[in-house]
Amino acid sequence: MAFSEETVREQRDVLTLNGLKAYYQTNYFGVEREVRAVDDVSLSVREDEVYGIAGESSSGKTTLIKTFAAAIRPPLRLIDGTVEYKFGDRVVNPYDMDEDELNDLRWKHVSYIMQGSMSVLNPVRRIKKSFRDFAFEHMDRSRAEFWNAVEDHLKLLYLSPDVLEAYPHQLSGGMRQRVTIALATVCHPEFIIADEPTTALDVVVQKDVLAMLDDIRKKLRSSVVFVTHDMSVHANMADRVGIMYAGRIVEEGPTSELFTSPKHPYTAHLVSSLPQIGDTTRKPALEGRPPNLAEPPRGCRFHPRCPLAIEKCTTDVPPLESVGANHRSACWRSADVRPLTPAVKPKTGESA
Amino acid sequence: MSAILEVTNVSKRFAMGGILSRNYVNAVVDAGFTIEEDQPEVLTIVGESGSGKTTLARMILGLESISEGDIKVAGRSVSGRVNRAQRLSFMRHVQPVFQNPFEAFNPLKEVDRYLQASARVLLGATSRAQVEAAMDDALQKVGLSLAEVKGRFAHELSGGQLQRVAIARALIPNPAILVADEPVSMVDASLRMTIVNLLRDLRDQLGVTVIYITHDLATAYYISDRIIIMQEGYAVEMGPARVVLDAPEHPYAKLLKDSVLPVENAGKSRVQPADRKTAQAAAKLSGTGELVLRDDGRSVRLPRDGDGSVAV
Ligand SMILES: Nc1ncnc2c1ncn2[C@@H]1O[C@H](COP(=O)(O)OP(=O)(O)OP(=O)(O)O)[C@@H](O)[C@H]1O
Ligand SMILES: Nc1ncnc2c1ncn2[C@@H]1O[C@H](COP(=O)(O)OP(=O)(O)OP(=O)(O)O)[C@@H](O)[C@H]1O
Ligand SMILES: [Mg+2]
Ligand SMILES: [Mg+2]
Repeated sequence: MAFSEETVREQRDVLTLNGLKAYYQTNYFGVEREVRAVDDVSLSVREDEVYGIAGESSSGKTTLIKTFAAAIRPPLRLIDGTVEYKFGDRVVNPYDMDEDELNDLRWKHVSYIMQGSMSVLNPVRRIKKSFRDFAFEHMDRSRAEFWNAVEDHLKLLYLSPDVLEAYPHQLSGGMRQRVTIALATVCHPEFIIADEPTTALDVVVQKDVLAMLDDIRKKLRSSVVFVTHDMSVHANMADRVGIMYAGRIVEEGPTSELFTSPKHPYTAHLVSSLPQIGDTTRKPALEGRPPNLAEPPRGCRFHPRCPLAIEKCTTDVPPLESVGANHRSACWRSADVRPLTPAVKPKTGESA
Repeated sequence: MSAILEVTNVSKRFAMGGILSRNYVNAVVDAGFTIEEDQPEVLTIVGESGSGKTTLARMILGLESISEGDIKVAGRSVSGRVNRAQRLSFMRHVQPVFQNPFEAFNPLKEVDRYLQASARVLLGATSRAQVEAAMDDALQKVGLSLAEVKGRFAHELSGGQLQRVAIARALIPNPAILVADEPVSMVDASLRMTIVNLLRDLRDQLGVTVIYITHDLATAYYISDRIIIMQEGYAVEMGPARVVLDAPEHPYAKLLKDSVLPVENAGKSRVQPADRKTAQAAAKLSGTGELVLRDDGRSVRLPRDGDGSVAV
């Protein structure tokens, strides 16, 4: 179990990203655009670890995980940096692989649940056909054992085996989302990448799905990297969380520390903006507009919206530096960041 | 007082499976509520995944046939619409924002063309300037601008941007009712509050009624006037949102509230699978029970006793 800081330190790194840059380069009617969606990211993910990624909408989270899910397609291009996996003694770099090796990597080691993935199911094929096409040959089991394993796995996600007979459009959004998660995880991969895996689920079913992912981690010491806007999911799933803003990781650290003593002003804002049941006060949104990734602000990209910004922030890019055990922050004033007043939990029973 | 929306004893049954193994799914059973024209509100529908929320929304939008019962918008049955003029007039009243923006937009079509079509067809804008002004106006309401969106395809926008474009499109004809099926599930907390506040302002300033389908109980509490909690096709508890959410009574409603993940002990414990024994037992009895009105204005679905009376 990887849930305390001490054990975190002893775990091997499974994925290492170094100086990663990935840009969308487009040319429409002669107008060139370059969206710098991932701009110099270095991080590592350990075995038996759940690594959460949060951050502003369109800050580059999906783009970042595409780089290591080996799912980069034009106009997205890897501009610089390296991606390296270590499975046992085998070191692999997805960017040195041919298509066959990549397929092998995808099925044997890495599974990727895409954002909005309920739309990836083939609309004219019954769900059971998708299972047969994608999972059967990778599971190395007899037909009967395979279908038993699939049904048991669906049950963990609170889905009846009846869904196997259905076409995708006959299922609700949340049912489709669970089917794609089931497809991606029934083989119990070593490395699970999930982009907003529970957005379409009610909170009861969400617990089942998260518990299933965590169970795979426990059984196989797998790594799970997941992106979500739902900070309560990070709070109850992640060992560490990385916070993205404008194409960069601005803070990374053990989950409890990010929530209680954030070291970047954007993180402080993010963890306090979570509305809670019973709260009816209007929460201030973050001032200013999200940065334009085709022309990001100079210096610290957060400075135009930062309450702590000083002269230096407008000119010098703050490096992502250690501010404690397993904790990094990219802020010239990280020592001065204070948690924002947590939302006062109003008494229940009053109505407005 | 006249009703802008009347949902009366509405049920929806789907056939599932092959021709030989015919199964039926009762997606919605006996749903009913009314929204008055001069009382715009935010009516929230929450509940189990697969409990019929989207199906109910699609019936209100006239996109799904009704198996039993009737739905009237501004006095006219949604299933009885025939010609194009009536269809357009209906669409000006009720506009959808769909659950998954990745599914809602055609990947081969620039997203602004959806807004353009709406402005032309539903708003009757003709000149290019008029169309663009309407588009930009709607986009500004959701924190975007025409300049940012113009000429871009769905895959070129992030999930959050796409979701906001979907809301902007719905706002173009200035509808009386907006049916928003999980409009904020894919955006960050800050933007989520911006959009939820926008829905609230639409109600308060423009008198738009919003049917808000969500899994997020916190924003439901924050903006809703009334709430309906669904489980397996049934409304199991409904009434004033804060009354219901402060102290839910039905076992499923209780489970739902208790399952909201806590943030107080972030990073200290891992999530466990849900324990639904009580809620499932209650679901089994839904078909035999009925909604009972409480003094505080809520209705709760209660099973009948052996003698046929409802346990109160
Ligand atoms: N195919 C593309 N062409 C051009 N720009 C793109 C493309 N895909 C994404 N972008 C841009 O890259 C930036 C990052 O997008 P990305 O999808 O990685 O964000 P995200 O953090 O996952 O956002 P969200 O939380 O909304 O899902 C956005 O500005 C987006 O508009
Ligand atoms: N076209 C269809 N044919 C057959 N069954 C359908 C069809 N559409 C929906 N269903 C079934 O109706 C039930 C209700 O689905 P619906 O999409 O309304 O649920 P929902 O409450 O919106 O769920 P979610 O929260 O997951 O979006 C589900 O059991 C689903 O499988
Ligand atoms: Mg994304
Ligand atoms: Mg739905």
